[in-house]
Amino acid sequence: MLRLVARRLLKVIPLLLLVTVIAFGLLNLVPGDPAVQIAGEFATEEQIEAIRTELELDRPWLSRYGSWLSDAVRGDLGDSLFSGVSVRSQIWDRLPATVSLIGWSLVLSALIGIPAGTVAGWREGSALDRFLTVGTTIGVAIPVFVTGLVLALVVGIKLGWLPATGYVGITESPWQWARRLILPAFALALTGAAEIARQTRAGVIEVKKQDFVRVARANGLHTRQVLGKHTLKNAMIPVVTVVGLQIGRLFGLSVLVEQIFNIPGLGSRLITAVFENDVPFIQGTVLMLGTVIVLVNAGVDISYGYFNPRVRGS
Amino acid sequence: MSEGRAVGVPLLQVEDLTVEFVTEHGWLPVVDGVSFEIGRQETIGLIGESGCGKSVTAMAILGLIGGPSGRVARGRVLLDGQDLLVLEEPELREVRGRRIAMIFQEPMTSIDPAFTIGKQIIEVLRRHLPLSRAQAKQRAIDLLDRVGIPDPHRRFDDYPHQLSGGMRQRVLIAMALSCEPDLLIADEPTTALDVTVQAQVLELLAGLQEELGMAVLLVTHDLAVVAETCDRTIVMYAGEVVESADVTALFPDPRHPYTAAMLANLPGLHPGEPLRPIPGIVPPRHALPAGCWYSPRCEHRTDACGATHPQLVDLGTRRVRCLRADELDLPGVGR
Ligand SMILES: Nc1ncnc2c1ncn2[C@@H]1O[C@H](COP(=O)(O)OP(=O)(O)OP(=O)(O)O)[C@@H](O)[C@H]1O
Ligand SMILES: [Mg+2]
Repeated sequence: MLRLVARRLLKVIPLLLLVTVIAFGLLNLVPGDPAVQIAGEFATEEQIEAIRTELELDRPWLSRYGSWLSDAVRGDLGDSLFSGVSVRSQIWDRLPATVSLIGWSLVLSALIGIPAGTVAGWREGSALDRFLTVGTTIGVAIPVFVTGLVLALVVGIKLGWLPATGYVGITESPWQWARRLILPAFALALTGAAEIARQTRAGVIEVKKQDFVRVARANGLHTRQVLGKHTLKNAMIPVVTVVGLQIGRLFGLSVLVEQIFNIPGLGSRLITAVFENDVPFIQGTVLMLGTVIVLVNAGVDISYGYFNPRVRGS
Repeated sequence: MSEGRAVGVPLLQVEDLTVEFVTEHGWLPVVDGVSFEIGRQETIGLIGESGCGKSVTAMAILGLIGGPSGRVARGRVLLDGQDLLVLEEPELREVRGRRIAMIFQEPMTSIDPAFTIGKQIIEVLRRHLPLSRAQAKQRAIDLLDRVGIPDPHRRFDDYPHQLSGGMRQRVLIAMALSCEPDLLIADEPTTALDVTVQAQVLELLAGLQEELGMAVLLVTHDLAVVAETCDRTIVMYAGEVVESADVTALFPDPRHPYTAAMLANLPGLHPGEPLRPIPGIVPPRHALPAGCWYSPRCEHRTDACGATHPQLVDLGTRRVRCLRADELDLPGVGR
């Protein structure tokens, strides 16, 4: 197992380097003279010059990348072009809301998706299975902003059961933090839950045909052992992959959900940054998200070692 | 030893067992009115060509036929006089692994790859017996040792993929016999193994049977194994029993042409000669021939064979399903 962890972490290094190249290279995707483009239509010559100096655009590409990287490694992501505040502290301000939102929706989608998929797969072809299959088809098909708006309007505003907007930090009030995240996290979780349910169902159907499941039954094991232990642990291998893929997508979709529920997260700040052409902020955020996704995927690969001992390597 | 044992009642009585599956032709029986008995500590060989219903019979005894596509349409399976087919799942689970255990053909895929073999043996032990974790572990290691796994302390923490097919079948035997069942159903336990390993596993089973005093229902294609290890043989054809008798009576003197044809194929009987597989195939259930189901392939058929489906006739020491059982003099394998 240790060997697997080490092997996988070694593979992380080149991927992270790639992420830094992409994050840094974003600046060069700006067409024409980046300084002119970033400064905007009504910029004066001095403003353009200031941006050129700030971004050190007169230095060659590689040397700028080198110093940007060495700063980034030490946690210095530069300053925002507009507010002048350090990018790191801005991300740090916004990150907790986004991470809470994504964390909650991951937990919710697993809590809904895994049991639903397990029951549907075990009782394949039953009325319950058909009902759940229709449900997951709808769940996958509905765009997240529709779910979000409906939840915010109906449950949040019309029924008034839960607050529909705003965010409270966990350190301020854990109770309010949880309450306010329920609706947005649920909206964000639904697609993921449907996808996890589908994958779990497919996995359970596949695994329950296996010889070892028959052996477990022939040995008189309880259904909770046959299904909950032997079938499920083997069926989880593809599900973990799906969960890993979810995380990248959740970051993307969280932008929408943060807008709908008025959550001061990274997504809403990123939108502003894009409109303002705030290159250092965009670079910093992309770098951070890219790193998170690379690490999550490494974690997913390592977790295969738990579910599937054959990949551990001897 | 076992609860509710009635004096004079055989360990297992299968009566008129009929199992059906859904096919494109509707529900069709795959096992059709099968009856036989297994006495305590007896070894029964269940033979027949591929697809004639041996595995389905074995699964039905353990109540493992179910789901949307299979059902037991008729019959009784009496264990010490208690019909297993009327039991609910929770009661059946007390029988499986505890009173009747089963091992299967495919050791490579029959152990859960996600758990160590030790954990899985302990799971079965503690499912049926009131053992502490430590006691169960000790017993599991003893079992691994007993089934001939070298260095059982270390092997205990192995995952299945670290073991060969023969070793895995030994582990499965350890699991199946962990609670000392009264009957072991072994469905082609050595078919998937190397020839050299086959003999070792069979020897192990024979030793354990002696030691635990259990009965064995051995499903196999290998008549040589039957001759060597079994007390009695049941021959199945197209879902029916066509002949059953003591091995000592059946092998030298088969009465059903199908039995005789199978015996003629016994490996090593005619060294140097090519095997003579029985011409033709087992008829599918939706296209059974008229009269005797074996008649189209039978060397000894008469017109009557194509007209009447023979009954299984009890001749005292054997039962046979052939109109000409009395008149034919079929070659057997001498003893
Ligand atoms: N789950 C099932 N659904 C439909 N048909 C089945 C099912 N299981 C078995 N059968 C059919 O029942 C028949 C008997 O199968 P069974 O497995 O008992 O044969 P067998 O005598 O054990 O053969 P083999 O020697 O190949 O193991 C076969 O024709 C098979 O196709
Ligand atoms: Mg079979």
